[in-house]
Amino acid sequence: MDVSSISPTLLIASLIVASTPIMLAAIGELVVERAGVLNLGVEGMMITGAICGFIVAYETGSPIYGVIASILGGAALSLIFAILTQFFLANQVASGLALTLFGLGFSALIGKGYTGITPPDMSSPNLGFLTEIPFLGKMLFEHDYLVYLAFSIILLVSIFLRYTRQGLILRAVGEDHSSAHALGYKVIRVRVLAILFGGGCAGLGGAYISLIRVPQWAEGMTHGAGWIALAIVVFASWKPMRILFGAWLFGGLTVLQLNLQAAGVSEINLILFKIPLQVQYLTMAPYLITILVLVLMSARALSNAPGSLGKSFHVSD
Amino acid sequence: MKILKKISLGMALITGITIAISGTAITAEPVKVGFIYIGPPGDHGWTYRHDIGRKAVEAHFGDAVETTFQENVPEGPDAVRAITQMALSGHDLIFTTSYGYMDQTLAVAKKFPNVKFEHATGWKTADNVSNYGLKLYQSRHVQGVIAGLMTKTNKICYVASFPIPEVIREINTFYLGAKTQNPDVEVQIVWVYTWYDPGKEADAAQAMIDNGCDVITQHTDSPAPLVTAEKAGLVGFGQASDQTPFAPNAQLTGTIDNWDPYYIDRVQAVIDGTWEGHGTYFGDISEGAVGMAPFANMPQNVMDIAMDVRAKITNGTYFAFTGPLKDQSGELRLKDGEVASRMMLDTMDWYVEGITAKYPD
Repeated sequence: MDVSSISPTLLIASLIVASTPIMLAAIGELVVERAGVLNLGVEGMMITGAICGFIVAYETGSPIYGVIASILGGAALSLIFAILTQFFLANQVASGLALTLFGLGFSALIGKGYTGITPPDMSSPNLGFLTEIPFLGKMLFEHDYLVYLAFSIILLVSIFLRYTRQGLILRAVGEDHSSAHALGYKVIRVRVLAILFGGGCAGLGGAYISLIRVPQWAEGMTHGAGWIALAIVVFASWKPMRILFGAWLFGGLTVLQLNLQAAGVSEINLILFKIPLQVQYLTMAPYLITILVLVLMSARALSNAPGSLGKSFHVSD
Repeated sequence: MKILKKISLGMALITGITIAISGTAITAEPVKVGFIYIGPPGDHGWTYRHDIGRKAVEAHFGDAVETTFQENVPEGPDAVRAITQMALSGHDLIFTTSYGYMDQTLAVAKKFPNVKFEHATGWKTADNVSNYGLKLYQSRHVQGVIAGLMTKTNKICYVASFPIPEVIREINTFYLGAKTQNPDVEVQIVWVYTWYDPGKEADAAQAMIDNGCDVITQHTDSPAPLVTAEKAGLVGFGQASDQTPFAPNAQLTGTIDNWDPYYIDRVQAVIDGTWEGHGTYFGDISEGAVGMAPFANMPQNVMDIAMDVRAKITNGTYFAFTGPLKDQSGELRLKDGEVASRMMLDTMDWYVEGITAKYPD
């Protein structure tokens, strides 16, 4: 068998689906980090969003309510983090890790009675003539609402950070909280709002997994997506539009390796060289390439990190 | 260790005295039984069925036993810590329920000669370690037969976890079953290298559907691949438990692991003092240890053939791993009429002739 049995249209279509949850979680975390806060609890907020969305969607029969609940669930969990780190000045790394552990356990607890059932279907928008476009139609215009919502959020965050006054304040708070405070900006308030936004996005990303991609509830079902999202923020060197490419690269490699396996491709011909493809290498490829790109970019990327990232702020500082 | 022994000796003496004084010899401490799980009991697959076995033990023995479990224990070094912890906390019998706990179970068992261990699906034993498994390949063969008859594209897909003997032999028997009905059938295999990751399992199934597969089979622990089949309007098989609620229109049938009788039997042996190591239990479809979910979503003629094959496997007149059987490279593995031994099944590391996928080594 050969690579030609893989349809590029379907490949890209499933790439977009596979990358949406990490994209959502990553754009949320990006805003949090641009405000100078490092929240390592993404995984916990995602899984909490996944179960909150699932329960509400199932109980009400409405996927829309489910989506809203997932945002609220993720944000509620992040509020704990916000209180701990912004008001009690707890260590952000420790609090974030605790949030992940708490989220995983908490979601398993409230999700006890919800295994083995299917949530209501989320309908996809009918984009009419757009879906008729050959090649592009199936690839881009036959997705569910959340895929387009994720794109919109990234675009809006990009505009917000770059062109609005509030975005500028948020960046100032992240770059140098003492100066921002001296200028009269409410550092804590800005950060709490950013953390809530990050929690909401992570929750939404989790709900994408439990309501659309799988769709069912299973303990620990986000399975490390939150950690990938954290890596993608660095990968994107804290620039919103680059989140898109980071998520696509990771999601794309994941889907590609599965497709290569399905097509039974055991080697790739590169003009003169035959590169044997071992399943094990294919499986680790997404992680390997993510690390590789991170290393290659790190020198430049890290200089882009917000100046006050991970530092606690108190008026007395 | 010496101190521990002294303490336990002292405890035993005290208990003995108490029993003697109270005059009732039967008020013994409950037997403590521990389970190590690879996933959460809520996976609705492999671990879910083991946990049902654990609950069956509790229901059967009541206050005479006390069961505990630890979930989500990774295979490898972490398992040593978890099993040791269980052995230290006074368990009499410990079931380690995944293939990848094999060497870890033996290592811990060596240090605790008085604790009894049972390892699932492996093949190594010791004086205080027994081994147990189910002939899940029996049900898998019937699934292969159904898949061969149901496919229209002649491509059937297999979401596989790790290339270990129990997975390999099921892929083989599945393919052999399909080929008896459909000589043109081709099995696509995607290795996900995880037992439990619903997102990845779903993606793997989707990748194969995109590549033309129309019957989904899985050897991973969540119902995600089957749900993916349901969404795509295709059909597939449940894994480890009846997964009809997840995919009412897609599930053709499925294997149901039934560990209950074995678990009850072994706990009884511990209570009676008849438990022995080096056990090699291999639960059969004829005794109900390997169950199958109701046949559904298939035409009557397919169902009839499947029922017939299942009946033959159950009464022992049919066994897929009977020679002549060649492997992928054309080497003769079983001579004409030769039947695969338990050892061959437990160490199988080759695909049968006809599977075109490359063996992952």
